[in-house]
Amino acid sequence: MPDLLIELFSEEIPARMQARAADDLKSMMTDRMVEAGLTYAHAAAFATPRRLTLAVEGLTDHSPATREERKGPRVDAPEKALEGFLRSTGLSKDQLEARDDKKGQVWFATIEKPGRPAEEIVAEALTQVIEGFPWPKSMRWGEGSLRWVRPLHSILCILTDEEGHRVVPVEVAGYAAGDTTEGHRFLSPGRFRVSSFDDYAAKLKRAHVILDPEERRERIRHEAQNLAFAQGLEVIEDNGLLAEVAGLVEWPVPLMGEIGAEFMELPPEVLQTSMKEHQKFFSVRDRTGKIVRFLTVANIEAPDDGAAILAGNGRVLRARLSDAKFFWENDLAVAKDGMGAWTDKLANVTFHNKLGSQKDRIERIAALAREIAPMVGAGPDAAGRAALIAKADLSSEMVYEFPELQGLMGRYYAEAAGLPADVAAAAEEHYRPLGPSDDVPTAPVSVTVALADKLDTLTGFWAIDEKPTGSKDPFALRRAALGVIRLVTVNGLRLPLQSAVPGGGVSDDLLSFFHDRLKVHLRDRGIRHDVIDAVLAMPGSDDLALVTARAEALAGVLATDDGENLVQGFKRANNLLTQAEAQDGVAYEFGPDEKFAEAAEEKALFKALDEAEAKIGPAMEAEDFGTAMEAMAALRAPIDAFFEAVQINTDNQIVRRNRLNLLHRIRQICLAAADLTRIEG
Amino acid sequence: MAGGTTQPRSFQEVILRLQTYWAGKGCAVLQPYDMEVGAGTFHPATTLRSLGPRPWAAAYVQPSRRPTDGRYGDNPNRLQHYYQYQVLIKPSPPDLQQLYLGSLEAIGIDATVHDIRFVEDDWESPTVGAWGLGWEVWCDGMEVSQFTYFQQVGGFDCKPVSGELTYGLERLAMYVLGVDHVMEMPFNDPDAPIPLTYGDVFRQTEGEYSRWNFDVADTDTLLRHFEDAEAECQRILGAGADDPRSGRRIVMAHPAYDQAIKASHIFNLLDARGVISVTERQAYIGRVRALSKACATAFLETPAGGADDAPSAGAA
Repeated sequence: MPDLLIELFSEEIPARMQARAADDLKSMMTDRMVEAGLTYAHAAAFATPRRLTLAVEGLTDHSPATREERKGPRVDAPEKALEGFLRSTGLSKDQLEARDDKKGQVWFATIEKPGRPAEEIVAEALTQVIEGFPWPKSMRWGEGSLRWVRPLHSILCILTDEEGHRVVPVEVAGYAAGDTTEGHRFLSPGRFRVSSFDDYAAKLKRAHVILDPEERRERIRHEAQNLAFAQGLEVIEDNGLLAEVAGLVEWPVPLMGEIGAEFMELPPEVLQTSMKEHQKFFSVRDRTGKIVRFLTVANIEAPDDGAAILAGNGRVLRARLSDAKFFWENDLAVAKDGMGAWTDKLANVTFHNKLGSQKDRIERIAALAREIAPMVGAGPDAAGRAALIAKADLSSEMVYEFPELQGLMGRYYAEAAGLPADVAAAAEEHYRPLGPSDDVPTAPVSVTVALADKLDTLTGFWAIDEKPTGSKDPFALRRAALGVIRLVTVNGLRLPLQSAVPGGGVSDDLLSFFHDRLKVHLRDRGIRHDVIDAVLAMPGSDDLALVTARAEALAGVLATDDGENLVQGFKRANNLLTQAEAQDGVAYEFGPDEKFAEAAEEKALFKALDEAEAKIGPAMEAEDFGTAMEAMAALRAPIDAFFEAVQINTDNQIVRRNRLNLLHRIRQICLAAADLTRIEG
Repeated sequence: MAGGTTQPRSFQEVILRLQTYWAGKGCAVLQPYDMEVGAGTFHPATTLRSLGPRPWAAAYVQPSRRPTDGRYGDNPNRLQHYYQYQVLIKPSPPDLQQLYLGSLEAIGIDATVHDIRFVEDDWESPTVGAWGLGWEVWCDGMEVSQFTYFQQVGGFDCKPVSGELTYGLERLAMYVLGVDHVMEMPFNDPDAPIPLTYGDVFRQTEGEYSRWNFDVADTDTLLRHFEDAEAECQRILGAGADDPRSGRRIVMAHPAYDQAIKASHIFNLLDARGVISVTERQAYIGRVRALSKACATAFLETPAGGADDAPSAGAA
């Protein structure tokens, strides 16, 4: 049972691709080996910036021999048939055996395939894997045609058992496998030979390479924390950055340096973003939350303990932060001046060539915000003012440099301009929610501007017929619609999109787009599509909060036995009635008279309907759908009993008519809150 | 800085050491191209010579202009006119990374004391219709070079692949010399009888060009020049290969490419003047790319582009 070790050694592999590549190497190799008849006990893959490594333990040293018997043509069949059989089996005539069969003598072939040695299978698999490796982006180099993520330098491929190790003879695009590799580029140059995975991992560590990414991450985390703790500070955790940094180094050496006091006035988000995006530094904060140090992870242990590296990184950071400070100070001057320069500048920035400039757009949003503000509980003046400055920071130097700080800088600058806190907060919050899990703002001014922004985008793109198609949604209109849905429902806003939105409201087509997004949104929350359809068929379907409340109530009732059976009872009543109406050509809308009721169950139903109606009416009035539907569900037993005891189509036409009118009353009551005909099952 | 090599003392010494190093590694040390370009890549020694099957090895300094980066000479490291050092070797040798690290050592960067990193950076030039994969090289957290394996230029696959190195000379030299403001960097030896700083040479011109780039350049004239360069490029390429005067076959790839370079630079100037809207931008870039592609096509029909080589060489 040998162990297999493979290492593909190359120039620096992008950090973001390493983990996936290691997984791919493992699954592609093991899949192919297993398919070829080998088995193994355990496999593990690793990646560093310069290598992908696969270690397979307990591999069988050959695939099993196979023996297959095949029946051929009859002995007296034409020569052509026999030739075909020989070709397909790869045998000659004297290797066949004639056996008695039901219809006479028939040729039989026995095909024996010997097991193949692991070497051969591994070599074949590795060639295929290297030549077809699914890198997200790959390249050629020199004069070759092989594609790899960056130039490949060497292949290590050995099998190790009790007798020692042997190189698997394989050559891919001129790269012959061997049993040597390299250590750290700077700390341990030169190649060395390895004889097994344990030997490989140990020698690599001696040569300043930590093979396992998890171990590199832990070492960074641990040493970074120690450095910070020693000074009473704390590293701000950032797992994405940690994974990236661990993919940039083979020998991680965290180093902590100071941030000049002159940069302390910068907002902490600016410090953190600048350090992370430009330098891949972690931020270190003190007990008050102020960011006071940077933490970088070097790839070498330097003789001066990293003094030169820290000095260099500190200088680069100073230059970066000087830029940031310059932007911040320039921006603050504009902000304190009322931000007019920025909003004017947005007149020259095209939002969309058919929808005008950013300034045009902002003015539309502000007008809309003023209109809908009362429905959200915000003051029209505050909302309009907030909308006018909410996107001003798009012209600021800081946001030009760090687009991810848009909104946040807007808030800082609005505060600097002396605007009220709720207006300033809207600058940051009006972009939200950015997705299905992002927080939804609740402050009225923020909600108003957020709604106005999204509604303007949607109505605008609908007006110029730029709707999402298939997977293409370049203007993120689905996200905007979901944003409106979540803003309205989370805040319980009554904002009928067709009657309350000024300018004639949203078009029917846009409303149905909202309905589609609402279905997806509610389905994610466990509400069936037929329930949503039943609710959307009711009037007021442009009132998304109302629709959602109804759908939730209906789904709640349907989850009970009574609710589900009521639907059955309703459908039965409805079907009978519909048939009778079609047959008789009349609508049974007169209202039933209790005096024609014969059976006790029929009389009980009259009473139950009276009671239900007494509850449902006021509940619907109050939009208390839960109570209304509970009252409906209570009809289940009387309706069931009625159908059990009573024949609708009796010979007595007066009684029959009265019963059909009774069914009509059931129908009307049941359709008051939702279109139950759309419920499936 | 520690290390075996002595430290350079001036901007020009950094350049001279790079020249000596790459000359020693067999590169033809060329001179800058005599036109305004945005980067060393535009030099025909890179753009055109990376096409076709013929081997190539060149190194040169290229003055580069980025009108939007002008800061009137005030910013410690932003300039509208700066220098790039460019190396192009085709086919890319297997030890190109080692060769590159050797060049850092030559200018006094000791890789056992400084943290050198190869950080993913895919390179793309929409105006040249080119892309490649490689890295930006970091030294102690600062980007000191771009390292690219060209995959396509002018829309053609590069076969063989060229390896391209681009050093931002000012930034690199400032780092090596320990200078914080570019204008304070010694240009020649600080002990020379007439010591000159970078600022002595360029502070005034940075101011002059910043004003012209941002406010004074006449946009109507520039727009006309753009149209002219575009038309001339197309006219040159449309002239046909047969030259009646000499009786030879002469494809004029280089004169046409000059016009493409010109159009590209004028586009940058227009951009700095802020007269190109976001939507127009794409259209202009597309027009310059079309010129570059046409020039690349023409170059492949010339001897240097491998047109006369045996077909087995595998030109694009």
